[in-house]
Amino acid sequence: MHKLGEGEATMTKEEYTKMKQELEAEYLAVFKKTVQVHEVFLQRLSSHPMLSKDRNFQIFLEYDQDLTVRRKNAKEMFGGFFKNMVKSADEVLISGIKEVDDFFEQEKTFLLDYYSKIKDSTAKAEKMTRSHKNIADDYIHISATLNSLAADDSTANKKHLEKLSDLFEKLRKVEGRVASDQELKLTELLRYYMRDIQAAKDLLYRRARALVDYENSNKALDKARLKSKDIPQAEEHQQHCLQKFDKLSESGKKELTSFKGRRVVAFRKNLIEMAELEIKHAKNNVTLLQGCIDLLKSN
Amino acid sequence: MIEVMSMYRIRNPEPTKQRSVCTSSASEPASLPAEDISTNSNGPKQDSLFDDDPEDLFAEATEEVSLDSPERDVLLSDGPSPAITPITPPTSVITPRIGLPHDDMFTHSSFDEIEEEEGGDSFDMHISVSDPEKVGDGMNAYMAYKVTTKTSMSVFKNHDFSVKRRFSDFLGLHSKLASKYLHIGYIVPPAPEKSIVGMTKVKVGKEDQSSNEFVEKRRSALERYLMRTVKHPILLKDPDVLQFLESSELPRAVSTQALSSAGLLRMVNKAADAVNKMTIKMNESDAWFEEKQQHFENLDIQLRKLHASVESLVCHRKELSVNTAQFAKSAAMLGNSEDHTALSRALSQLAEVEEKIDQLHQDQANADFYLFSELLGDYVRLIIAVKGVFDHRMKTWQKWQDSQMLLQKKREAEAKLQFNNKPDKLQQAKDEIKEEIEELEGKVQQGERDFEQISKTIRKEVSRFEKERVKDFKAIIIKYLESLVQTQQQLIKYWEAFLPEAKAIS
Repeated sequence: MHKLGEGEATMTKEEYTKMKQELEAEYLAVFKKTVQVHEVFLQRLSSHPMLSKDRNFQIFLEYDQDLTVRRKNAKEMFGGFFKNMVKSADEVLISGIKEVDDFFEQEKTFLLDYYSKIKDSTAKAEKMTRSHKNIADDYIHISATLNSLAADDSTANKKHLEKLSDLFEKLRKVEGRVASDQELKLTELLRYYMRDIQAAKDLLYRRARALVDYENSNKALDKARLKSKDIPQAEEHQQHCLQKFDKLSESGKKELTSFKGRRVVAFRKNLIEMAELEIKHAKNNVTLLQGCIDLLKSN
Repeated sequence: MIEVMSMYRIRNPEPTKQRSVCTSSASEPASLPAEDISTNSNGPKQDSLFDDDPEDLFAEATEEVSLDSPERDVLLSDGPSPAITPITPPTSVITPRIGLPHDDMFTHSSFDEIEEEEGGDSFDMHISVSDPEKVGDGMNAYMAYKVTTKTSMSVFKNHDFSVKRRFSDFLGLHSKLASKYLHIGYIVPPAPEKSIVGMTKVKVGKEDQSSNEFVEKRRSALERYLMRTVKHPILLKDPDVLQFLESSELPRAVSTQALSSAGLLRMVNKAADAVNKMTIKMNESDAWFEEKQQHFENLDIQLRKLHASVESLVCHRKELSVNTAQFAKSAAMLGNSEDHTALSRALSQLAEVEEKIDQLHQDQANADFYLFSELLGDYVRLIIAVKGVFDHRMKTWQKWQDSQMLLQKKREAEAKLQFNNKPDKLQQAKDEIKEEIEELEGKVQQGERDFEQISKTIRKEVSRFEKERVKDFKAIIIKYLESLVQTQQQLIKYWEAFLPEAKAIS
């Protein structure tokens, strides 16, 4: 919007309208994107064995009146912020823990590496999309200037210029769609899984935390046994930690395995769709261009 | 003089119809005496023209006063051409028809007739500029280009020949043509611009991408410049053009150097000219000229705008290419990281496709530039030349008016003399004034003829220019659109090859 406002003085009325259209199309694309993201989110929740049974989730789906979700108040926001800080510090401490289970050790290495790679790919994909959008904008300006040239022209050239102006207008629409489709299928895919991997990393973190707690509780039990004090509490605490750790390990294993499967399926679907859309748009471009060439050659 | 004569002797062993056109009187194509005669007969005319030449040469007031002007001062030129080569060809071609009212159709047909007289050679010529080669070392180094001409036209001795030329040779050629033809209304195509920065890089010996691009850009521009020049039927026959294309040795055009005394004189004259232009107020009686001037003003603005948009397109397309390449690398690393075999392979394939696509974008950016952007740049500069020609017409009008005013004054002075009392001085003064009046009357007549002449020439030139422009644009735009089609078709190929890879992920 800002860029549009700045450029208003230098552009003709038609150009301004076109750029506004482009902005609206972009907004629609973002909206489409948001809808898709929400849809995927809900689908994942519903396909999860545990979360789909969550009472909150069911209310969300079924309650036919306004949910009036309370926004996070100040305390919760600060609390959340604080918790994050503590968590990051903690993560550093815990990353040094020796892992007992091979599976989790492998997963940790894989996820850390994959995360940094996918973050990089997301950023680069975003830059590609941006370039496509810039090209579409250039096409708008070219189309508008060709139109002005056509208006001033009184020779046989006039028709040529009008056709050309029309062509660039159509080309820019296709280019815009290429950009938004690439964003939807590629950039969003990468971004989503980047966040998913962050969630997986968080899971590993929670499990590592539980392991530390368990080990600490073991040490506390030994100490209690030495001092012959509070043994039952220590024992109970230790049992509790062990349970928690085991549960996390078990569900963690399931989650991470299904995560890999989901990832592969999602990548496959999106890559296929992206390739198909690229082909469709390129074919569209060829038809438009060839049509114009034939028209120009025949005159 | 001798130099020139020998040049023409070598040039024309056999009589050709073209040569005959060059002289109004001698119909026999023995070029040597013919040239002689015409030079003589043009003596006084030449002088009067040369009096104002430094001013007449320079075009637009709006043109930036910079070191990059290719136009140069006649007086400081080297080589025999401007001072000696007869300016006869254009004027004598038209002179017989003068006296008739401004009638476009008639002038057109007369021009066509003349073209037929010339042997009816349809335009069949192709010039290519190639093989840029660095000659010399350090700051005295320069690029030598091979100029190859392939033609079947009879004005040339051979059908296929080439010479070595450097950039300043091209500028020298343009200078000579500009000094001969601009002030009588011919649209002389401008030479490519100088670039001190670009050349310094090349001289210093940087063998990198940007200096290669610079040389390629210049080579392409020189080729287009020569083709445009020879497409002009009058310029094609100009001896300087022929010498440039054919002779193996060319005297160096030193006055084209930016930091020479000629360069500085040019700058000063340009500034003076700009001031002059603002003070001329011409009564335009011809609506055609007013309309055309407005037309070229509009065209100028729109083409500059379009040029800017296309330059932006080139820039963004290059960015897209770079970003795609970066993404390809990133996707390859991601594919390596991925532990699911089929997905890993698919991601590597994606990386390969994107790498091919980035090359595609790079090629398209080049097509955007060399076809579309440079075309627009050329025409922006051509229109400056067109506007210059209109300005020369104004100056010609001014000269005519000045002569008339002066004549008027002298006549008034003559009348006053009648009342002078000193009888002995009276006769002398009367005689003097009579002489001056006669001379001025001649000047006024000449001024009027010149003005009509340049107006006629401009009408023809503009019509030819517009036809050429439409043809040029159409041809190049079709080529450009075809380049876009090719890119899209390649994209289809690449993505269709990738699709089964994506589907193979299990």
